[in-house]
Amino acid sequence: MSTIEEVVQKAVKKQGKDPTGMLEIIRDVQAELGHVPDKAKSLIAAGMGLSKADLDGIVSFYHFFSEKPVGKYAVYLNNSAVAVMKGREAVARAFEQEAGCKFGQTTPDGIIGLHDTSDIGMNDQEPAAIINGVVFTGLTPEKVKDIVSQMRSGKDVTEMVKEYGDGLNGSEIVRSMVKNNIRKKGAVIFAPFEQGSAVKKAVRMTPADVIEEVKKSNLRGRGGAGFPTGMKWEFTRNNSKGKKAFVVCNADEGEPGTFKDRVILTELPRMLFEGMSVAGYAIGADRGILYLRAEYEYLLKYLQSVLDAMRKGNLLGRNVAGKKEFNFDIEIKLGAGAYICGEETALLESAEGKRGEPRNRPPFPAQYGYQGGPTSVNNVETLCAAARVMILGGEEFAKMGTFQSHGTKLLSVSGDCQKPGIYEVEFGISLQSLLDEAGGSDAMAVQVGGPSGKCVPAGEFGKKISFEELPTGGSMIVIAPGRDLLTIVHNFMDFFVEESCGWCTPCRAGNVILRERLEKIMARKGTESDLAELAQWCAVVKTMSRCGLGQTSPNPIATTIENFRSVYESRLQKGVGFVSEFDKDKAVEEYCRIAGRTPYTEGR
Amino acid sequence: MGKPVVATVSMAGCFGCHMSLLDIDDKILQLIDLVEFNKSPIDDIKKFTKQCDIGFIEGGCCNSENVENLMNFRKNCKILISVGECAIMGGLPSLRNGIPVKECLEEAYLNCLTVDDKIIPNDEELPMITDKVYPCHEIVKIDYFLPGCPPRAELIWEALSALITGKKLELPYEVFKYD
Repeated sequence: MSTIEEVVQKAVKKQGKDPTGMLEIIRDVQAELGHVPDKAKSLIAAGMGLSKADLDGIVSFYHFFSEKPVGKYAVYLNNSAVAVMKGREAVARAFEQEAGCKFGQTTPDGIIGLHDTSDIGMNDQEPAAIINGVVFTGLTPEKVKDIVSQMRSGKDVTEMVKEYGDGLNGSEIVRSMVKNNIRKKGAVIFAPFEQGSAVKKAVRMTPADVIEEVKKSNLRGRGGAGFPTGMKWEFTRNNSKGKKAFVVCNADEGEPGTFKDRVILTELPRMLFEGMSVAGYAIGADRGILYLRAEYEYLLKYLQSVLDAMRKGNLLGRNVAGKKEFNFDIEIKLGAGAYICGEETALLESAEGKRGEPRNRPPFPAQYGYQGGPTSVNNVETLCAAARVMILGGEEFAKMGTFQSHGTKLLSVSGDCQKPGIYEVEFGISLQSLLDEAGGSDAMAVQVGGPSGKCVPAGEFGKKISFEELPTGGSMIVIAPGRDLLTIVHNFMDFFVEESCGWCTPCRAGNVILRERLEKIMARKGTESDLAELAQWCAVVKTMSRCGLGQTSPNPIATTIENFRSVYESRLQKGVGFVSEFDKDKAVEEYCRIAGRTPYTEGR
Repeated sequence: MGKPVVATVSMAGCFGCHMSLLDIDDKILQLIDLVEFNKSPIDDIKKFTKQCDIGFIEGGCCNSENVENLMNFRKNCKILISVGECAIMGGLPSLRNGIPVKECLEEAYLNCLTVDDKIIPNDEELPMITDKVYPCHEIVKIDYFLPGCPPRAELIWEALSALITGKKLELPYEVFKYD
């Protein structure tokens, strides 16, 4: 076995001391040693010209890096709300029982480690876990028994996957059990796509005309915020003269309940990469970066092979598609487990090999992005749609959809419905008709846009899915009558507490306060004033937080107070001014035990 | 109506908020004209002798004595104000909240370099340490919060005089902006 020095030296050398390769270095060390011990951090710091504190900061920031050994088999079991709906707790107990250790621990022999993890993009096939990078879906206690016994026998994780998913999931290079679950194909993303058609059309136009065409299409960002894509490209292009510009594709879909990019990356990476080339041509960039969330690492080799094939086919590299002096290539950067890295400036920081903390804006990425260069950061689906705009033409594309929302939207439907999966729908479809198609007609509520979105009650199911009425990045979590909404909301708050980057207090402390207040009400110790205060705290966190995470994290509470107030009110203590959760006997119990005191309760 | 009666206490704090109260300088004379002090370290009245109007609470609760004191204040005061970071959020003392009580006690009484008699004090006269430091509003109903570490003298003065006179408290941004 190699020493820590050798492992670190090899990892640092591989990146050629490039600071943007920091996450790769740590990933290599983690893979080799099973953790990133203090000594390794000091050595990496020395090798990269950073301080040990920098390394402490980076390693502790990302969920998939660990200072403690994570186990030879590191099980990361998703704990999202839908996973819980689908029986996650029984699966977790089975893991604990079979492995002989609790979650958050590693077995004494170091073979198996059990860890919770935030949504892994498999909501349509929960409960799911990632074990040493390999995804296991549709887990049951019986399957867990089998998996653990195979781990005990020392089997390679990839060999534990017996059945493969549909489409390219089953291909030689992916070999994953993940299913696509494509339920409905539309005219933009899942319409037939001929390799090379988008970029070839683009390079016959001037970059300015390409931007004009995208503007004509009225394409808006599909990640959720809905910024006009043509305008973003134009801003970036206007800043790119004499500078090194970048196209960055945000494939860090971390919003619980969304998994559309997973399917695009599996089935349509060529369309995506062409979309990136079109963007590169339009803004004057010669480098593209695909920032892939660590949870989708199982697609990495496959995506790299697609890039290789495109290079061979002259769709990437020098003089792309025969266009003289248009050189464009794409590299893939892997995240390491952090929801916040879906925020574009945090993503850029992370891609540069640092902690994924959001930057102050302005300057916007279009002015000062990756390594300071003008950068257009676009969602996976947006870039695919841009490729389609090239093929169809902007006007044709703009014919689809509603007044302010053009084209189609990929929706990731999960939760209490018969047919979870991907639906490509034209903007303007009502929520009710989506539910009818997905077999969730009798839903009590739908969480539209994931936890950071909105909890929509049945009375509003007639609303249209569009930027103007019901905006969504794609996550649609169907909630059936009989579910306890507050349990789901509490799961969402756990998520935000876990994923807050900690930079600003309103988000770091505010989300904890929100969760505590919610727990007080759930424990039936809340009063009318607690509920009023809860709503006030929502406003504080929303308005005072620095980035989108804290600005939206109160939404699960705020929108359920608005739309399902009775769920809260039924648990309040009425006619009481204040109820304390404080238990004095319990609070002094530990001290009394240690000091050998007999607790007294009466007056001093 | 007689003068409003004010009681004050410093619990798990540093007395800084009381110092800030005294920092209102000569306005203290106006204050004395406006109010009557009851239980407070300022006049050294140790026990409540009557029902009070305003309770001025500095510090959070780190032991059983603090908790009882706070509950006693709630019983004897119409209005309670959490004054300063420690009362509101736990403040510096709450830095121990991430460390188990056992480790804290061992570090202070057993492992510390300057300790001679290595015993964890267990005299019945001593208050019992709570598992963590609690902000006051988690234990009793708190009516108002005055932020700051300490809150500025003017803020304390403005807040007390607003309460006493019933005038609206003007809170310009600068008064509670701390960065």
